[in-house]
Amino acid sequence: MRSMKIICPNGHLGFAPLKPKSFHIGVDAGPDFIAADSGSDDIGPVPLGNDTCASPKAWQAHDLEEMLLASRRIGVPMIIGSAGDTGTNSRVDMYVEMIREIAAKHALPPFRIGWFYSEVDKELVRAKIRSGSTIQGLDARPALTEEELDATERVVAMAGVHPFRALLDQGCDVIIGGRSSDSAVFACAALARGFPEAQSYYLGKVLECASFCAEPYGAKETVLGEITEDWVEVTAMSPEQRCTVASVAGHAMYERSNPFFEYVAGGMLDMTNCVYEQVSEKTTRVTGMEFVPATDFRVKLEGSGKLGERFVGMAGIRDPYTIAHVEEVIEWARTQVRERFGPDGWELHYNVFGRNGIMGDMEPLKDKPGHELMIVVQGVAPTKEMAEEVTITGTRQLFYARLPDVKGTAGGVSFVLDEVMQASPAYRWTLNHTMAVSDPLELFPTHTAIIGNGQLEAAQ
Amino acid sequence: MTVTKLSDLAKTIRSKNAGTDKITFDIIFRERETYDKVKRSGALTPKTVCAILGIDEARLTDFVEYDPAYAIKFTILRMRPSGSPGDADIFGAQQYAPFLDVEIRDI
Repeated sequence: MRSMKIICPNGHLGFAPLKPKSFHIGVDAGPDFIAADSGSDDIGPVPLGNDTCASPKAWQAHDLEEMLLASRRIGVPMIIGSAGDTGTNSRVDMYVEMIREIAAKHALPPFRIGWFYSEVDKELVRAKIRSGSTIQGLDARPALTEEELDATERVVAMAGVHPFRALLDQGCDVIIGGRSSDSAVFACAALARGFPEAQSYYLGKVLECASFCAEPYGAKETVLGEITEDWVEVTAMSPEQRCTVASVAGHAMYERSNPFFEYVAGGMLDMTNCVYEQVSEKTTRVTGMEFVPATDFRVKLEGSGKLGERFVGMAGIRDPYTIAHVEEVIEWARTQVRERFGPDGWELHYNVFGRNGIMGDMEPLKDKPGHELMIVVQGVAPTKEMAEEVTITGTRQLFYARLPDVKGTAGGVSFVLDEVMQASPAYRWTLNHTMAVSDPLELFPTHTAIIGNGQLEAAQ
Repeated sequence: MTVTKLSDLAKTIRSKNAGTDKITFDIIFRERETYDKVKRSGALTPKTVCAILGIDEARLTDFVEYDPAYAIKFTILRMRPSGSPGDADIFGAQQYAPFLDVEIRDI
């Protein structure tokens, strides 16, 4: 039976380095493609809004170098999605440049690189709203308003398989994608080779997080997926790991609200009737997946909007009386900021660790604080100068809070640092929506070039 | 009747973002018998998981008993999107702790 193999060495390329040993075992298994996604919305709204990476460049370069050298050595395409954590245009350009540098360093023979962009012009989104094409909210969000669009710094669209397939059709040896759905990075290759949609998207679904579909737990190890017309098999490449019925079925529910349905641009993968079978020690076979094409073509949009500049302060409390009255202490500090800056135009956020710093109102033990607390203070304001003063007031005034019966009158909190620290600006996710498009490629312009002799040259 | 803590029965108890606006919880068992026992006990239902987290049931978007993985899975809406200032758990990865001590009565 005709089959095809893909290896995935990393579920979020760059976020932590891939493990070379299992990757080399995977390369020796003779895959037809080497692919990985490099993005996630897990990292919060700051990198997208600020147009920065969450991952260190050294780790991104490490993984790109391993993958590029292997893919050129065995002569199979390499596919990367969601370049640089967010898949913005600047991150795509950065990855293309890193590929050129690695090729030059190793004097690789010329090869064809393709890339596509995913950023969406806000005015295009505005025109859709004004034309009456609703930008629908996901996850209980209301439809997008122009006001919310105005508050947005940057928007990316989530590519499906389409721009990847267009670049594969043009014979690209290396593809760097803008923001993409994880499964598309793998499904595109299977679809390009003529495999059915259901099996292709399932292959993508199971490979996207690399060794998260294997056990025992161990991230950043390579897994190999094999597809035929009828089934998908997944095999752990690490000598210490296996892909079991439990680990593969368990992965189907990872990071999604429903384990049966996976929505992609152009349709939905239905895993309700999947059957899992252990076919050898390290390999599980999956059958029974189905694909339901969408009636209209909608693309997911992610957007991030800036709230202001941000500083962070910290203060500890050990006095049990002060711990019991920590809300009054915080209110004292807030009041000092209010008196200085007025009732609005700034934000102060207090996370009280040792009480409910992590879970907030959902903490069942919030009425039983520990014997010591750490308060993390975040101040947000339009300028750095004001954010710093808001934060230092909101932190240092904890020290001076006036509790009537406190014995320790020399200072109400402990400081690890008697200063506040500049943090990344504060952003929030403004878009988690879908937008109708008439052409699956219209938001994702593609480009190709030849990399050779250390240069990036326009493709003929 | 015996009483066992969920953490002594489950292989995995975890929480994680499901997109920017939701947190999803997975409780996974090694064997079918344990999974069935916990389902039968009635300790984990849409009502009880919301009560444990002290949230309105309107915030629960999914509650699934997922037989292929011997798993009980449920998903809640966040009050604010992940990573907004003041969110102390950008990945949503430390929200599962209250489920470790859920008592399962064998009936």
